[in-house]
Amino acid sequence: MAVLDAKSISIVFGGLKAVTNFDLKLEKGELVGLIGPNGAGKTTVFNMLTGVYNPTGGDILFNKAGEGAATKSIVGLKPFQITQLGIARTFQNIRLFKDLSVLDNVRIAFHFGVKYNALQGILRTPLFFKEEESITEKARDLLKIFNIHGKENELAKNLPYGEQRKLEIARALATNPKLLLLDEPAAGMNPQETHDLMHLISFIRDKFDLTILLIEHDMSLVMGICERIVVLDYGQTIAVGTPSQISKDPKVIKAYLGEGVETGA
Amino acid sequence: MKKNRFFNAITLTVTSASLYILLALLIFTGIIDEYNGQLLTLAGIYVIVSLSLNLITGFTGQLALGHAGFMAVGAYSTAIIIMRLNVPMIPAVFAGGLITAIFGLLIGIPTLRLRGDYLAITTLGFGEIIRVIMVNLEGLTGGAAGLKGVPPFSDSGDFILDAVIKFSWVYGFVIFTLVVVSNLIKSSPGRAIISIREDEIASNSMGINVPYYKMFSFTMSAFLAGIGGGLYAIYFGYLNPQMFGFLNSVNFVVIVVLGGMGSITGTILAGIGFTYIQEWLRIFKDFRLVIFGLALISVMLFWPKGLMGTNEISVVKLVRKYFFKNKNSDNSSSGSPASGESQSEGVR
Amino acid sequence: MELLQQFGQQMVNGIALGSVYALIALGYTMVYGIVKLINFAHGDVLMVGAFAGYFVLTSFGGDASKISNPLILILAFIIAMIVSAIFGMIIERTCYKPLRKAPRINLLITAIGVSIVLENGARVIPWIGPNPKQFPTLKNIGFLEKVSDFIKSATGVYISPVQIISFFIAVLLMVLLFYVVNHTKTGKAMRAVSHDMNAALLMGIDVNRIISFTFAIGASLAAAAGILFALNYPQVEPYMGIMPGLKAFVAAVLGGIGSIPGAMLGGFIMGIAETLTKGFISSKLADAVAFGILILILVVKPSGILGKNIREKV
Repeated sequence: MAVLDAKSISIVFGGLKAVTNFDLKLEKGELVGLIGPNGAGKTTVFNMLTGVYNPTGGDILFNKAGEGAATKSIVGLKPFQITQLGIARTFQNIRLFKDLSVLDNVRIAFHFGVKYNALQGILRTPLFFKEEESITEKARDLLKIFNIHGKENELAKNLPYGEQRKLEIARALATNPKLLLLDEPAAGMNPQETHDLMHLISFIRDKFDLTILLIEHDMSLVMGICERIVVLDYGQTIAVGTPSQISKDPKVIKAYLGEGVETGA
Repeated sequence: MKKNRFFNAITLTVTSASLYILLALLIFTGIIDEYNGQLLTLAGIYVIVSLSLNLITGFTGQLALGHAGFMAVGAYSTAIIIMRLNVPMIPAVFAGGLITAIFGLLIGIPTLRLRGDYLAITTLGFGEIIRVIMVNLEGLTGGAAGLKGVPPFSDSGDFILDAVIKFSWVYGFVIFTLVVVSNLIKSSPGRAIISIREDEIASNSMGINVPYYKMFSFTMSAFLAGIGGGLYAIYFGYLNPQMFGFLNSVNFVVIVVLGGMGSITGTILAGIGFTYIQEWLRIFKDFRLVIFGLALISVMLFWPKGLMGTNEISVVKLVRKYFFKNKNSDNSSSGSPASGESQSEGVR
Repeated sequence: MELLQQFGQQMVNGIALGSVYALIALGYTMVYGIVKLINFAHGDVLMVGAFAGYFVLTSFGGDASKISNPLILILAFIIAMIVSAIFGMIIERTCYKPLRKAPRINLLITAIGVSIVLENGARVIPWIGPNPKQFPTLKNIGFLEKVSDFIKSATGVYISPVQIISFFIAVLLMVLLFYVVNHTKTGKAMRAVSHDMNAALLMGIDVNRIISFTFAIGASLAAAAGILFALNYPQVEPYMGIMPGLKAFVAAVLGGIGSIPGAMLGGFIMGIAETLTKGFISSKLADAVAFGILILILVVKPSGILGKNIREKV
């Protein structure tokens, strides 16, 4: 039933071991948190899973259907190929198409599923109009889920921060993923917004039949919705477990608070 | 939705046709004299090449500095096809465009992996290499002495009629280019192209084959620039490698920047404006290029977004506003809008 | 044997020419390292320097077509370097500084504008004008001629006095530059700014001053190169900076743009490649070879020989 199976992946940047022998198996429908102190290598893991970086060792297997074992290796594929296979992501430092409208941001993500080609687009064949209408409608539906459909004609850069984060998730969903990687989705949100986002993430997981892996620093969110948590420090997994196990794990506490700090003092 | 679609198509057709009839009549009756008619025709060619450059630079975000080289390929191949193979003009122009597209493809493969400034310099390099090749392929191109005797659009012997025909062909090709570029940009592949300009990494992560679309845009740009070059060859009837130097490439960059990178209507307005300004500056003789350079710097310093930024003037909206006075039933979602040539009153 | 000798001769010519390219390439690489701009006008600053040198030599040299007094030549170098440095700083302050936060494409287009203004400005100035002017040549600098004759009789390879001067001045200036960049406070500040402009600003470095200084150094090196170039081909004209400018740019990219040793290495390689092409293949192709090398290096190793590969942070 595994959707993703990363087998001891490592990456070295000019002598620096950013991530070492990282293992991760995601079951279908799981919501897993990836946490760790700054610089632990969390985003690097995302970048390897999405093809931005090629791991220097190990293998990443993906299984779109989520049934049986993951078998297809995605190492060496380009990011767009991996997205087309069914892994979508958001970015830590929001990467929206800033000067385009909210609607276009989402419609662009539908592109690889569009059935007409450039020539048919130039000639404006009936298929062009049909497809345009259909993706516009689908994009609006997605925006509605995130409650930003009222702003579809605004430029993405003019949205408030929290809504930009939501738009990024909506855009990722438009690629019709099976596995969604969220990189600090709640960064910059206030507690109320974070709370709403938590529900939204659970909701889209059920609605779109997703498996979700998220990086987050906000512990209320991570502890609140993740079923399983993986803790990274200095590029190595130091703990895996349920939220309650993780919050008591001495190695995790040490990684976050440092050596010799008395907890509860 | 469907009603809008036909309204748009009809409005654009009627606008471009009536503008054509108006201008052709003005040239025919001599109200636009021969000199201005020629200039307007030349402006059309500049608009075609500038639109092609805007596709790669304004919409795809890849600065290309060698479009004069593409124009040269189009010009020489069209001229040679007409003169050596006796192919009629129209197929020859398209063939010239295709040959240029193949050149674009070959040049694009190594260079489009590069970013920003590097791409600019390499395209510049290729532009210069093309020029050097034109000088050295004497048997085919006439070398540095040039290629004489490209047959004109028409040689009826009647100056006025010739001017009208010349103008008509170029106008037709401007419309062709306009339709290609603006329909492309407003389709899903077009949005994919624009997303590359906005953020290459995000675009890639949204499942868009970034290298493919860069290539596509570059090749298409070369194709259209080649068509512009073919028309240029027929327009002047004489070719010489000096006509396609680095400064000419810069001219097109200036037009695109002046009009607004990523604005089709901006390019049209700036292309026409530039052609005229360049003519007026001739009275300054040698000072012309100094003024030209100073203008370029001033635009960048004080007016960096150009005339239009990435905005467009929508003919359809203007027509609705002034002729039908109805409350726009909304079309804004399918992105903005097509463009037309004469609506300068809408510029703000 | 004769082939070997000819090869040696072309190598010598290449090294002499390469030392001039290296000087120009240094300006590109330093400016790029600090403001990430390909300074299109750099070749034209070279032209300004060459003309400044020309005016010094023709006004003070006595016999206008010959340079017999080495002191006058040194004076010409100094004045040309100062004039160009001032030009470089003015250009940076007026045209590039306001655009420091603008998109790179705007900066590049501005640089093209500056280049057009300098070239055509020179053409309309009455003392310069569009036509090439004869640059004074060296005469009766006995010591150099003796060295040249000695080498010729010993090895069979001819090294002209101008080539000797080119090589030594280039090496002298490069050593000076190395010292300034690596062993002075200003040099340290330059390295800091090129590494991270904002952090340098926070550390109390006067970034504007450092950028001006960098442009001034780059421009004065270009001026020296301009005079050397003019001594070699003895003439000066408004467009003279374009080709050496472009080739030196290629040299900078070849060596790894932003890297000072890279620019020197790239300069020598470009110079040798050019003279070898001229000597053994065809002089017509010499210019195309430069661009061929550029394209080749960008395809094979875009970061250049000594450059660092910088990846965008995701």
